[in-house]
Amino acid sequence: MELRVTDLACARGGLPVLEGVSFALTGGRALVLRGPNGIGKTTLLRTLAGLQPAAAGSVSVPAEAMAYAAHADGLKATLSVTENLAFWARVFGTGGIAAALARMNLAHLADRPAQNLSAGQKRRLGLARLLVTGRPIWVLDEPTVSLDTASVALFADVVRDHLAGGGMALIATHIDLGLDEAEVLDLGPFRADPARAADAFDRDFESAGDDDAEAFL
Amino acid sequence: MIGLLLRDLKLAIRAGGGFGLGLAFFLIVVVLVPLGVGPKTELLAAIAPGILWVAALLACLLSLDRIFALDYEDGSLDLLATAPMPLEGAVAMKSLAHWLTTGLPLTLASPLFGLLMQLPDAAYGWLMLSLALGTPALSVIGTFGAALTVGLKRGGLLLSLLVLPLYVPTLIFGAEAVRRGAEGMDNATPMILVAAITLGSVALLPFASAAAIRINLR
Amino acid sequence: MATFSMNLIWQYANPKKFMQTSGMVLPWVIGLAAIGMVGGLIWGFFFTPNDYKQGSTVKIIYLHVPSAMIAINGWAVMLIASLIWLIRRHHVSALVARAAAPVGMTMTLIALITGAIWGEPMWGTWWAWDPRLTSFLILFLFYLGYIALWEAIEDPDTAADLTSVLCLVGSVFAFLSRFAVDFWHQGLHQGASLSLDGRDEVADIFLFPLLTCMGGFILFFIAMVLLRTRTEIRARRLKALIARERMG
Repeated sequence: MELRVTDLACARGGLPVLEGVSFALTGGRALVLRGPNGIGKTTLLRTLAGLQPAAAGSVSVPAEAMAYAAHADGLKATLSVTENLAFWARVFGTGGIAAALARMNLAHLADRPAQNLSAGQKRRLGLARLLVTGRPIWVLDEPTVSLDTASVALFADVVRDHLAGGGMALIATHIDLGLDEAEVLDLGPFRADPARAADAFDRDFESAGDDDAEAFL
Repeated sequence: MIGLLLRDLKLAIRAGGGFGLGLAFFLIVVVLVPLGVGPKTELLAAIAPGILWVAALLACLLSLDRIFALDYEDGSLDLLATAPMPLEGAVAMKSLAHWLTTGLPLTLASPLFGLLMQLPDAAYGWLMLSLALGTPALSVIGTFGAALTVGLKRGGLLLSLLVLPLYVPTLIFGAEAVRRGAEGMDNATPMILVAAITLGSVALLPFASAAAIRINLR
Repeated sequence: MATFSMNLIWQYANPKKFMQTSGMVLPWVIGLAAIGMVGGLIWGFFFTPNDYKQGSTVKIIYLHVPSAMIAINGWAVMLIASLIWLIRRHHVSALVARAAAPVGMTMTLIALITGAIWGEPMWGTWWAWDPRLTSFLILFLFYLGYIALWEAIEDPDTAADLTSVLCLVGSVFAFLSRFAVDFWHQGLHQGASLSLDGRDEVADIFLFPLLTCMGGFILFFIAMVLLRTRTEIRARRLKALIARERMG
């Protein structure tokens, strides 16, 4: 299995942020996305996960192969740790809840309501969801936020296992996970050109006046 | 999809107010109306079908913004949209959960409220039947309104403004079915029309709601 | 041939082409609308006899009937424009829908107010739950919700998409409401009632000034929608320019 992204362009709030993004990823490899705040890492990941349409370009793998994890963990405060995870396992038609909890070091908290978890524990539970999706490509947006050093190492191990099993991972992160399998992709060069930033209709709108732009402003 | 339904019901029960809030609101309206218009039995009996239907409609409206707002805030909606189940199905389950926590309890408790409103004896069955047939439409239409306003910070008032005009046909036929029943007239036509609106809404609106969610998430 | 004529229509979906063409026709439309409205109203108000039953009050049809017609057809224009936006993604179309809404809502309000004024001598009250008036009141609520949704959403494409979906669903329910209100009224009064349906009471002598007024109102509606669409396009252009400045 190979993930090939070709000339992908994506927009946020109607404004293009990235264009010409191309990379390829094979099973067992990870790609770490780098770039300053606002460059469009989240937008790119949401586009790949199928939450928003790409403005241009193609992705060789359907969004159904991706397991997306965002800043928010999608946890329900009044449900227990097990219930939270069991819900997602059911939605994705998989099992292995106990194994996933053990793997993320949450087994001893299994019956605790999610509202009584610390921020780091919530994050670990959010990431445990990835294990029960059964999907080959993990699309992770800042997965290590609020994790301590030990948990980051634990998470890196989990990602490593996933890759060893032939999976892939796309990770937007600023910290070094210590993954030997990971390549780094700097999104800086793909920033949408301001001169060409406006897409076709906005260019149409810009030239749509009865007088020229400067006079109008 | 059943998983989603069970989760939503569980959340409604644990959060408290899921079942109770709509019923309490219904009760308050039914207490306030006689206090406002006076205790005359004939007057109350005459306006009971309409008041009961309007109260049910407002009680439904009260909990609409919770259908998607919490899932939107905690990120569940993003994850549901990327999950293998069709979003249309998820939306339909959300409507069903809303109906089970508001419409169904209102329907079951409605004879009690009818009693307070001096509803004529002949109308109790018709009241329950019309609410049973009509409240699913209220939930499904309300889900559509909630889907349109899910991304908005203060969508509550706008949600009411969008949904209430859409409730007009259901309200008219539902209340008319009870009124005709109360007066011993033939009410088959409005009753069938209520059922038709519910069936049509249930069949078609989840597609519009899912489309609105997708637009709001991108 | 068919493709050729379709292309001819779709080219006006280009904002630039739209601005050029609308800029050219707008003065004519405004002029003809003014002639139609002023001429039709003066003709109707001062040069037609009073109705033998209703006296001079009948003359309000020259305002009521055309505004009611535009109120309904304004929504139809929004529906068509919304469909074009959803299917073909022409931005001008979405802006036409947005531009038509406040005009349609104002016309609905005029129809309601003139209906109430007409109703006062007929029913002895300023408001009766006449099915026609009730339907216009509900239509007014639909307009209100549609406009409120446009105003509430910041991203223009998201707003265009969501309002289009609302317009589609709303049209079905507005139609159902019209039917429901007739049914409701019939159930209430059991039989014939005095209705504000102007058309079947209009004699020939009133008809020609009425048609002139209707023509004037249609042109007025077109002029207002064109004018407002041009304003929307300028606003969008301004937004695009500011966004580009910020990025550059």
